[in-house]
Amino acid sequence: MECVGKNRDSIYDFDVDGLLKVNGLTVELATPVGWVQPVNGVSLGIRAGESVGLVGESGSGKTMLSLALMGLLPPGARVSGEIWLDGATGKKEKDNAETQSTPRIAEKSRNLVGQTEEEWRAVRGRKIAMIFQEPMTSLNPVMRVGSQVAEAIRAHESRIAEAALHGRTLEALEQASVPEPDVRARQFPHQLSGGLRQRVMIAMALAGRPKVLIADEPTTALDVTVQKQILELLDKLRREMGLGLLFITHDLGVVARIADRVAVMYAGRIIEQGSTEQVLAAPLHPYTQGLLAASPKLERGKLVPIPGTVPQLNALPPGCSFAPRCAFHRVECDARVPEFRPSGAEHGARCVLV
Amino acid sequence: MNHLLAVRKLTKRYRRGGGILSESQRGSDFTAVDEVSFEVAAGETFAIVGESGCGKTTLARMLLRLIEPDAGEILFEGKNILQLSAEGMRAERRQMQMIFQDPFASLNPRMKVGEIVGEPLAIHGREVGKQERTTRVAEALRRVGMDEGAVQRYPHEFSGGQRQRIGIARALILRPKLIVADEPVSALDVSVGAQVLLLLQELQQELGLTYIFISHSLPVVAQLATHIAVMRAGRFVECGAAEQILQHPRVAYTKELLAAVPEIPAPASN
Repeated sequence: MECVGKNRDSIYDFDVDGLLKVNGLTVELATPVGWVQPVNGVSLGIRAGESVGLVGESGSGKTMLSLALMGLLPPGARVSGEIWLDGATGKKEKDNAETQSTPRIAEKSRNLVGQTEEEWRAVRGRKIAMIFQEPMTSLNPVMRVGSQVAEAIRAHESRIAEAALHGRTLEALEQASVPEPDVRARQFPHQLSGGLRQRVMIAMALAGRPKVLIADEPTTALDVTVQKQILELLDKLRREMGLGLLFITHDLGVVARIADRVAVMYAGRIIEQGSTEQVLAAPLHPYTQGLLAASPKLERGKLVPIPGTVPQLNALPPGCSFAPRCAFHRVECDARVPEFRPSGAEHGARCVLV
Repeated sequence: MNHLLAVRKLTKRYRRGGGILSESQRGSDFTAVDEVSFEVAAGETFAIVGESGCGKTTLARMLLRLIEPDAGEILFEGKNILQLSAEGMRAERRQMQMIFQDPFASLNPRMKVGEIVGEPLAIHGREVGKQERTTRVAEALRRVGMDEGAVQRYPHEFSGGQRQRIGIARALILRPKLIVADEPVSALDVSVGAQVLLLLQELQQELGLTYIFISHSLPVVAQLATHIAVMRAGRFVECGAAEQILQHPRVAYTKELLAAVPEIPAPASN
């Protein structure tokens, strides 16, 4: 293993009010070319009512991370590290700012890593739920929308009465701002627009009243005007329900609009983390700086692409994964994977320059 | 005729419904592109922006007669290409090439990159000898920043950005005047998309190309366009110089589109 000790990215580890706490999470997958680590020592925390943007390009490991959080990894995947959900609510005492020591966990939470499928089933949908990029492929094309939402509700409340179920279905659709829920409930997915389908997916995801919602590129396939509405809906829901939102995207503009905090992922590691304002206004890591410079803005400016391509997971450089593409590359970057270095209270990066 | 391309009242209708299962046996007409007119001068980049279903891809394909229009005129260098025979159109198509959105779907997986890039020469330039074809394939690949060794390899060995470069090399090999690019960067990652946008910019300067650039993304369009047409429900709702559309839009729909773009706040200079 190339990870040196326990990689701790987050300076918010084990926040007392944190809903979701991920610590040193590593996912390993067997491939024809050997074991690779699409998620490599990731630490991350989400508080109630907080929205965290997880930014990365394809192959960064952001989707594999979200699947790990849902207990939906492909068979044969090896997982290590910790996932704590629905954290300590009783104890409010803070550990003496000793971020490197193993923090104390209250009895109420438990590490989800290594749970059985049966145990996951009690968590999935009820504590943590997920919506995906392509709502059409996640909905059953030959089943009315209302029945699908009802099915999701019954999955969590098996003893619910038929009459109550109908009411709850309409309520769930209404909560996701589906106009005319009674009409829509009788329609099939192909009769709905992309934006409405995503709202139905949100209604289904919220059926089990989860505390954390993972949204994996939920607006990438949508038009900008519809994207805006979905972002507003997710924002409203997290405020009203105190949802912790993990919003996965490749679009820094979307992050600016929805996220309180941002984590930037590259080749399986979180390489920068901080408040959205800080990360976008004063990025620390050259990769984050590069992403910003490469993102098209509305006024014509000089786009500066990042040279080269994302490294293959089976051929990662020995030190910083970004080193071969980095303009500020130094000898020490190749020695070992840079540690996460804080800069200020809410901001830090895995870079020797910090 | 000082315009490279002039389009007059171009129209495409589709029949909707009317199948044996539909309620009305007659169906109804759906106008995908509705009397669209515009002109593009040589060296310009004319961008067509709109949301899904607005008709922008149908319009793009009609320009190369990949879809036959129902009415209207397309004048390329003053010649109405809609009146050309199949033979005449084939000759004209050497001047007009297309770049597609999905670099994974648009390259034949069973052909080597050299064959893919050289194929237009085999089709259009029978007079081009084998020796010259090899040289021109290598030149086209070099132009788009690819290694010559790519010739012997297959598309699956390349990343999305590299495949898009291969698609561009294929479009360039006949030395066309006009390139129609349909969402050329929307399937690519941000850092790679920026590479391809810059490449398109460089190629335009070097080769004096004229672009028709189709996109759903105003920020992407803002990087290249000299002119922008905003399309909705088959029509141009607003059309003009890029700066004017981006900075002083007149139509409510354009304003709405601009307002919906999630913008990154300007970073502090470091």
